[in-house]
Amino acid sequence: MNKITPKIEEVIYKVLMLASTAVVLSILFLILATVIWRGLPALNLAMLTQTPKGGYYLGQEGGILNAIVGSLYLAGGATMLAIVLSLPIALYLQVYIPHTRQAEWVRLAMDVLWGVPSIVYGAFGFIILIWLGMRASLLGGIIALAFLELPIMVRGMDEAIAMVPPALKETSYALGANKYETALKVILRQTAPGLLTAVLLAFGRGIGDAASVLFTAGYTDRLPNSLFRPAASLPLAVFFQLNTPYPAVQERAYASALILTFIILVLSLITRQLTTRLTTHIIR
Amino acid sequence: MGESIAAVIQRKRKNKNRLAQQSMGWLTLAAVMLVPTIIAALFVRAWPILCSKPLGELLFSTTWHPMKNSFGFYAFIMGTLWVTGLAMIISVPPSVLTAIYLAEYSSTRTRSLVKTFIDILAGIPSVIFGVWGVLTIVPFIRNYFAPAVDRWLGGIPLFQNNNPTGYGLLAGGFVLAVMVFPIIISLAEEVISAVPQGLRDASLTLGATRWQTIRRVVMRRAWLGVIASIMLGFSRAFGETMAIMMVAGNVPQIPYSIFDPVYPLTALIANNYGEMMSIPLYDSALLTGALILLIIILVFNLLSRLAIVRLVQRD
Repeated sequence: MNKITPKIEEVIYKVLMLASTAVVLSILFLILATVIWRGLPALNLAMLTQTPKGGYYLGQEGGILNAIVGSLYLAGGATMLAIVLSLPIALYLQVYIPHTRQAEWVRLAMDVLWGVPSIVYGAFGFIILIWLGMRASLLGGIIALAFLELPIMVRGMDEAIAMVPPALKETSYALGANKYETALKVILRQTAPGLLTAVLLAFGRGIGDAASVLFTAGYTDRLPNSLFRPAASLPLAVFFQLNTPYPAVQERAYASALILTFIILVLSLITRQLTTRLTTHIIR
Repeated sequence: MGESIAAVIQRKRKNKNRLAQQSMGWLTLAAVMLVPTIIAALFVRAWPILCSKPLGELLFSTTWHPMKNSFGFYAFIMGTLWVTGLAMIISVPPSVLTAIYLAEYSSTRTRSLVKTFIDILAGIPSVIFGVWGVLTIVPFIRNYFAPAVDRWLGGIPLFQNNNPTGYGLLAGGFVLAVMVFPIIISLAEEVISAVPQGLRDASLTLGATRWQTIRRVVMRRAWLGVIASIMLGFSRAFGETMAIMMVAGNVPQIPYSIFDPVYPLTALIANNYGEMMSIPLYDSALLTGALILLIIILVFNLLSRLAIVRLVQRD
């Protein structure tokens, strides 16, 4: 009798499931451990406070302040642009055309847009730059990243606004407020933490993306000083330094990776804190 | 004018509302049109080479010599397909099993804790996955895995090790698989959890074990959604650029062994676009590559999203 009984089959699958979960989680910890273990020894104050000096890519003095500041400018600018574009779209979906077929189609379009790979955003951004007669620049990077962040932000804001209790909207309408006033004075205030979560999520995606800024923002050893000049970014700093043949420079790539990972982890921690607070509605 | 102040205010409020509605509506339409716009822009730029070369030559020729005016994408397309396919083979079983575990077995606390970690994994930038691949996966394959597999299974061409670097198909497939984990897990978990509890209760009441219920009732209801989540993971892996170009080896050839280096389409674009614009048709060829990539991804994406929308409406 070597027939597998249902009981044994269940045990086998349960072990497999637990093992899978353990593997997935341990890979996450392995990634974080690798980045910390290799990045921490190479990290020093000069990395954070200096721009690359002459011979930096041969292992000489300097740091990656240019990339840190550049990334903050790029992702910050893109996030601002994306807020200006996303907030009206999310409000339109929830206030002007709620529960309609059109809204569902818009959501589908946003989900599909979310799937567009970042290298395509990079190529598209570069086409726009050529069309505008511009070169790789801070502005170009901001535009490409804003496109990348747009669907993330719209869907996040859309979901946050959907959580507003219908009674609240109805109360506002009953008091004579029209949809625009309700959106601006009731919904925005009620959903502020949720909207901020969506913004931070998009910012995190923006600051970590390399392929979309590769052609559009370029790279420079200087601090970004103009919208029309190239700007460095952290992911590209990691990538370029890792590609050099000098071990001393590769070490700095690991340190840069650690800085980037740290920023991403802090962002996700803040997002998590906001999400727990999101569940309690704030009616002032 | 015999209009009262109240009427003026009323009119202004009404106009403001109408103006807001219209401008928001147009903005929404513009965002919806973004995907068609990207396709159109890529198509316009790809047009010169689509005119001068037959599509069959572009897609199925293996000779890539931009200097000599020959642009065959076959090796790059195969590189992308192989590495993505391998990534899915590695990633689907553990992802789906994890999703089932989270949805059906784990306690609420475990689930929310694990999902937190999965979200963190999803948020890690692709360049970090690349660094991790270079630091751990590539040396592991080079020093231990490839020699061992070659010793035991080297007779089979698929497992022959002719590449002493460790950079290649397997390294790329493994790194991509890890990047796809969170996508499949979180979506599949959601679909499996969405199966109505009544179905489970009915099955359990009839004397079925928990696993029988999952296999014969829950998964029968949720399989379409699980497939959709796998397709979404596939389309993510297909378009991945930074991590894959750091570990795949980037040699334009059709791989015969899992240890051979490959050169995915995305890496080709990232490595060359924006430079060497002086070579005629080069820019056009690379954007044709981007267009092929985008269309394949959009088809997969659209199908899986439509499947999910249908499922949500049903349950």
